[in-house]
Amino acid sequence: MLFRIRCEFIYIKFLVIAGIYIHIPFCKQACHYCDFHFSTSLKKKDDLIQCLVKELRLRKNELGNEVIETIYFGGGTPSLLDRDELSLLIDAVYKFYIVSEHPEITLEANPDDLSVKQINELKTTQVNRLSIGIQSFFERDLKLMNRAHSQKEAKASLSLATQYFDNISLDLIYGIPGLSNEEWIENIEIALSYNVPHISCYALTVEPKTALESFIKKGIIDDVDDDLAQEQFYILVEKLEASGFVNYELSNFGIPKYISKNNSAYWLGKPYLGIGPSAHSFNGDQRSWNVSNNTKYIKSIQKNELPVEREVLTITDKFNEYVMTGLRTIWGVSLKGVELSFGNNYKKYLLQQSEIYIKQHLLYIEDDKLLTTKKGKFLSDGIASNLFKINLS
Amino acid sequence: MKIPSMKNIRNFCIIAHIDHGKSTLADRLLDYTGSVTDREKQDQLLDNMDLERERGITIKSHAIQMDYEYEGEKYVLNLIDTPGHVDFSYEVSRSIAACEGALLIVDAAQSIQAQTISNLYLALENDLEIIPVLNKVDLPSANPEEVTDDIVDLLGCTPEEVIHASGKTGFGVDNVLAAIIKRIPAPKGDPTAPLQALIFDSVYNTFRGIETYFRVFNGEIKKGQHIKFVATNKDYYADEIGTLKLNQVAKQSVKAGDVGYLITGIKTAKEVKVGDTITDFAKPTTNIVEGFEDVKPMVFAGIYPVDTEDYEDLRASMEKLQLNDASLVFQPESSAALGFGFRCGFLGMLHMEIIQERLEREFDMTVITTVPNVSYHAYTNKNPDEAIIVNNPSDLPEPSTLNRVEEPYIKATIITKADFVGNVMSLCIEKRGNITNQTYLTTERVELTFEMPLAEIVFDFYDRLKTVSKGYASFDYHPIGMKPSKLVRLDILLNAQTVDALSALIHADNAQYIGRKMCEKLKELIPRQQFDIPVQAAIGAKIISRETIKALRKDVTAKCYGGDISRKRKLLEKQKKGKKRMRQVGNVEIPQQAFMAVLKLND
Repeated sequence: MLFRIRCEFIYIKFLVIAGIYIHIPFCKQACHYCDFHFSTSLKKKDDLIQCLVKELRLRKNELGNEVIETIYFGGGTPSLLDRDELSLLIDAVYKFYIVSEHPEITLEANPDDLSVKQINELKTTQVNRLSIGIQSFFERDLKLMNRAHSQKEAKASLSLATQYFDNISLDLIYGIPGLSNEEWIENIEIALSYNVPHISCYALTVEPKTALESFIKKGIIDDVDDDLAQEQFYILVEKLEASGFVNYELSNFGIPKYISKNNSAYWLGKPYLGIGPSAHSFNGDQRSWNVSNNTKYIKSIQKNELPVEREVLTITDKFNEYVMTGLRTIWGVSLKGVELSFGNNYKKYLLQQSEIYIKQHLLYIEDDKLLTTKKGKFLSDGIASNLFKINLS
Repeated sequence: MKIPSMKNIRNFCIIAHIDHGKSTLADRLLDYTGSVTDREKQDQLLDNMDLERERGITIKSHAIQMDYEYEGEKYVLNLIDTPGHVDFSYEVSRSIAACEGALLIVDAAQSIQAQTISNLYLALENDLEIIPVLNKVDLPSANPEEVTDDIVDLLGCTPEEVIHASGKTGFGVDNVLAAIIKRIPAPKGDPTAPLQALIFDSVYNTFRGIETYFRVFNGEIKKGQHIKFVATNKDYYADEIGTLKLNQVAKQSVKAGDVGYLITGIKTAKEVKVGDTITDFAKPTTNIVEGFEDVKPMVFAGIYPVDTEDYEDLRASMEKLQLNDASLVFQPESSAALGFGFRCGFLGMLHMEIIQERLEREFDMTVITTVPNVSYHAYTNKNPDEAIIVNNPSDLPEPSTLNRVEEPYIKATIITKADFVGNVMSLCIEKRGNITNQTYLTTERVELTFEMPLAEIVFDFYDRLKTVSKGYASFDYHPIGMKPSKLVRLDILLNAQTVDALSALIHADNAQYIGRKMCEKLKELIPRQQFDIPVQAAIGAKIISRETIKALRKDVTAKCYGGDISRKRKLLEKQKKGKKRMRQVGNVEIPQQAFMAVLKLND
């Protein structure tokens, strides 16, 4: 098993060159927990798609000669786009960028959008991977989170999608108030019964200024319970690993050949271009992000101006980000990598800061890599924070 | 201009409760007499520390001279502005001693408060002429008739003698000035006698050293004169003297009856003691100004640098602070939990807060302050007549060797509304107070007098008093000596390890309650860590209370994609900076505010 994982790592490392993320900022309705950028008004959809195409053109030189290996439609709800709209955007990518021979092209889709008709249409586009937002197979949970689909639609969409696509990921959410461990196991088992090769599972997180936060504050919904979330995470890892999945990142599980190339790029510090309102880009040294407002985005692009803010990462920023993301993944933080990219002082500092966590069995070193233990993984933010280099002013 | 003779000088101070408009009215006086130009104008002119302006309080005494023409004659008016808080009552008493009159400013809506009364008594003891001023008469909530009655009752004056004014609009300022000239007596003194001057304050100036503020009673002080400070028995040459306009005005001499400043090249405030007498070195006065006291600190606490490496910087900062605040005393101490720091003595709780804030603002030193305590006297069986001064919990001898302990008591005066007498009384009794007097100043306002341990003031007294009286209580105290006490040291254990900096000296009867509250508060303040942390309160080997800070189970965000990375990194960096400010005791990280937890038990 370990050997195969390492092969995967090398595979990703050498073949993922750059990715393009396209943000589709529309939803039919707002999920209570979501703090992403979206609008439930579809009025500006046509204008926005024109602008996405135009932004792809305006930024065509930003990635230089890098080969695009992944295209990812995220949202929002990208499954609101029809075949022509998707093709328009994919064609634009091909027109303005160098795309590899077999790119991974993912579409995030909501179960209620995946009708027979739409699946058939999708099959005619170049989309070759679906990420389906199931979240739960229990009606009560879907209502609590204000999802647009029902439990029935969740199951139907999977039955259908698996007939047309083999590269499918589904999303589940755990730690939902009221979700018992037994129900969580049931959710996992139903998901596994569809034989999808990739599953993303997120602990329900109460983000500021969301409906969920407000309901919890008012006492309408119970607060999330970290102890329960931790138990359900352990159940999850055990169940999925038993079925041949690799927990390659905290919230992501894949059958080895199906580890998401797009996601991995973020954690491996690879460049990516984010197109659309609120989308983030990274070119190795500099991070930039578009304005989180559809109207402002459209106005700006129409004037041939990128509605973007940028920040240049210092060496320390990069080190901190590498530690933070590395600890979440199966690839860990490579000590050799730290030495080569940041210097021996950083490596020494990292080892010295890690010592206490190694003693507490939250971190361990294997094959010259710093990794989180099973227990450490669920505490990895706090640990990463302590491993950070900080310039105290 | 010719210097007016003594009969045209008036020296006065202002007595007022906090927020009754003292500084604003002072601004109006300066304005009206043309002592400030428009360019120099700003609010609370005399309170030149940022801290004073922000909090609306006066911490240091200030003096300013105004020129004013009244009925064809020129007058010099010296206003001595005094601090308004009980922590600084000695400084207030010295400022009062430098004056012949006082403006008693009373808020027309809030009437007389305890602090005002105790300062008023001080002024009356010094035979000052009191001019009552009813301020803020323009407020919609003003109640001039009733408050005038209160003032008449208190002073035994006539209602006509009470001047109505508004610092906000400037209304009545002319009447105030007229009253200062007509009612306050001119200073008396013999300009030919040997020099006798009272030091009422000093200020540290980075470039010029200590500036001493004084009032000349007899004789005169001349530039270059060889002078002597009586209490410290040190002599100097008067390098520069002058009077205090908005800026200092250098003079050749300052004569009997007048107020001025003196620069001698003194570098540390310790050499200039408020209340000391300045005289001529060769021809000293036989007449020392009465009432000099060496001010003693009342409250002690440890001050430690947040970053242990900053110890030397902290020492340098404290030394500099001491240059302009002689009432601050400190000596090095060390703590297993906090490293090297200082045990500091303060005049009171406000003074402690001020020092802490000034360290932060003026010296950029962030510090951890430990639980404050008063100064106890402990006697051991071996040496039952020799007091051991206990300024630090760790100084308390072993209980088995202890003969007895004495603690400082105060006489506390509280003025409140009749409705709240019950609440205030039960608070004071809970705080081990004994009521000694209850006087109805008016049908609505009651003065309560208690004898109580000073230590009880240190623990959340002000906040509680404010709560039980809905803000309608004012408080003043002065020390009345030591009394026997049942004292224990309450220790706190985190993860089974005693944290010395969290120990507190507490009366035995309160130990159980405070121990439980401490554990609860620390559970709230100490962030969950990767393991369970037992929090225990103990007296000697006996555990009296316990809580557990449960281990952190989840400390990771579920999603971390392109858009999240930067934001998340910044968040974790901030978290790390926050942790840098925590103290590690064993495995446990303790945030700064935990060390003061005992003061906020009821928040």
